[in-house]
Amino acid sequence: MNFETVLFYLFAAVTVFAALRVITARNPLHAVLFLVLAFVSSAGIWMLLEAEFLAIALVLVYVGAVMVLFLFVVMMLDINIEQLRKGFWQWLPLGGLLAALIGVQMVWVLGADEISAGTTAVKHAADYSNTKELGRLIYTDYVYPFEIAAVLLLVAMVAAIALTLRKRRDTKRQDVNKQVKVRREDRVRIVSVPSARQVESVQEAAASNHGHTAD
Amino acid sequence: MNYLASLSPIYAEMFLLVMVCAILIVDLFIVNYTKTVTYLLTQTSLFCTVLILLFTHQPGAAHLFNDMFVHDVMSYVLKVFICLAVMAMLLYSRSYLLVRGLFTGEFLALVMFATLGMMVMTSASNFLTLYLGLELLALSLYAMVALQRDSAIATESAMKYFILGAMASGFLLYGMSMLYGATGSLDINRIADVIQHGTPNKSLLVFGLVFIVAGLAFKLGAVPFHMWVPDVYHGAPTAVTMFIGTAPKLAAFAFVMRILVEALQPLMIHWSGMLMILAVLSMAVGNITAIAQTNLKRMFAYSTIAHMGFLLLGVLSGTIEGYGSAMFYAMVYVLMSLGGFGMIMLLSREGFEADTLNDFKGLNQRSPWLAFMMLLLMFSMAGVPPTVGFYAKFSVLNAALDAGHLTLVVMAVLFSLIGAFYYLRIVKLMYFDAPESHEKIYIQPDSSLLVSLNGMAILLLGIFPNTLMSVCFVSVQQSLLQ
Repeated sequence: MNFETVLFYLFAAVTVFAALRVITARNPLHAVLFLVLAFVSSAGIWMLLEAEFLAIALVLVYVGAVMVLFLFVVMMLDINIEQLRKGFWQWLPLGGLLAALIGVQMVWVLGADEISAGTTAVKHAADYSNTKELGRLIYTDYVYPFEIAAVLLLVAMVAAIALTLRKRRDTKRQDVNKQVKVRREDRVRIVSVPSARQVESVQEAAASNHGHTAD
Repeated sequence: MNYLASLSPIYAEMFLLVMVCAILIVDLFIVNYTKTVTYLLTQTSLFCTVLILLFTHQPGAAHLFNDMFVHDVMSYVLKVFICLAVMAMLLYSRSYLLVRGLFTGEFLALVMFATLGMMVMTSASNFLTLYLGLELLALSLYAMVALQRDSAIATESAMKYFILGAMASGFLLYGMSMLYGATGSLDINRIADVIQHGTPNKSLLVFGLVFIVAGLAFKLGAVPFHMWVPDVYHGAPTAVTMFIGTAPKLAAFAFVMRILVEALQPLMIHWSGMLMILAVLSMAVGNITAIAQTNLKRMFAYSTIAHMGFLLLGVLSGTIEGYGSAMFYAMVYVLMSLGGFGMIMLLSREGFEADTLNDFKGLNQRSPWLAFMMLLLMFSMAGVPPTVGFYAKFSVLNAALDAGHLTLVVMAVLFSLIGAFYYLRIVKLMYFDAPESHEKIYIQPDSSLLVSLNGMAILLLGIFPNTLMSVCFVSVQQSLLQ
């Protein structure tokens, strides 16, 4: 077992642990942070596969941008985790049984004979540029899927806008036109208050009040 | 210039993509509530896509972009039908969506994006493009289901659809990665070649195949992966339900053909067994559960499940006749469900959905012509002889019988006999029951013309099924022989 294998098992174990904690953590914030951990450790695995560009992109894009956004969303939403977990223990035996069954079957099928990759990955020299090669492939051999992926992002954008941008009837907004056009008569109402009437009664009341406190 | 000319098989897709982007921008400048300009532009671009397909088609298969894209007879025929089905769906659903405030530029753009996704799927020759096309379709559909923001049931069904769809995609990708591990390629022809002549790891192949079949069954809505179908069909606005239930089934057929038949033909003994279980369960659960439904959209959902069972029956026969009849079945199914959902939308009006069985009571007294069209549709779905539904079922059963699946055929006939009950119940409600309301049915001239065409097509294709049938056979044959 060389050092690389040790690293692989370390990263794999951390990934599995973090993924499990994502779905079992009581606090949604913890879940998001464990998801970050899962991403970082899978980036480590990709690094071991000599996919440096992808590993760095995963950390930069997912951990750096997407997960921070996610964190904001989770902090802003009031998630009642107890309500979400309702029925968890009730369904655990059935779900667990099915998962165990599938797991056993998978081990049974795949463990029957040695699963080895037909070809081992070619080791490249230290000056081999992963990024350059990726760029070359994307714009030559894989240009068609690349373009479709771009369309996919456009669909996501259109869908997100179509689903969130809507006029709500119950919101109150400023109408600048109305504000500018407003005249004095619309806002100011002159009320003629009859002055100097019933002054005596006020004085009387004050006097009686004064006398009251003096007692 | 020469390079541009070599791209001619993909002109249709390129044109459609350019038009969606143009429509998205044009729509911003249109304040008109009815969106007539956007609508006409969408219809025109779909129609022009069909024309481009017709004019650029050349015999034989064209491979482009390092074999990522293939344009053969099957993809050509399916693409033309997909575009036509989408055009019909837009025609049917326009007034329905207008009264509900859902007829927006974004809706039309999403429809066109989904159409593009289906076209990518039908002419994919690589697992990567297959998957991307599927996601392009699915993502647009999720958004379309959720468009009715104020309806709790639509939002709920969109969530269910999204989560289960994502899980199915995960299954598919996992299976594809296993096949990649075993064969070292994502290219469909290369995979078939390696399995036939190379020495790939058999158990890894079959292991991957299980996940692929599960993912496909999810997308098709075959039992036991059907749980999303009734909820999504019921919850989505009827126009969107119609969209989900029509053109994507043709794309799904192409998807099954590309993965199971073109890439994994040597593993047929394995996948035909799996499809057998899916087909029998789908026909059983679909037909029996549909009896208990009082909501027409839910009933159609279960009927879809049963129809998908029939489609799988054709595919699992493993012969050219089987694939051809499955393709025929998919086309006929699209035609029937266009009519079925179109009828629900015709009878609906503002603030009222005609989606329960009671709404069809006594339809004959209110509108004899519509009732007759519905009768044709129901007869066709049940598989009663003069209609095309009978020939679709007949050819599938014939192919399965030739392949030696006698028990399966007997079961299929039994279950479609059970299924005939709930289709004929609608006919009984329309003709022999008193109507619940005598309100006048007001329908748009364009959609009433379309429903008449639809019903007549079902009757005429039933009497002269040979042209369409031979188109299906030839296209499957040509695509598999290349």
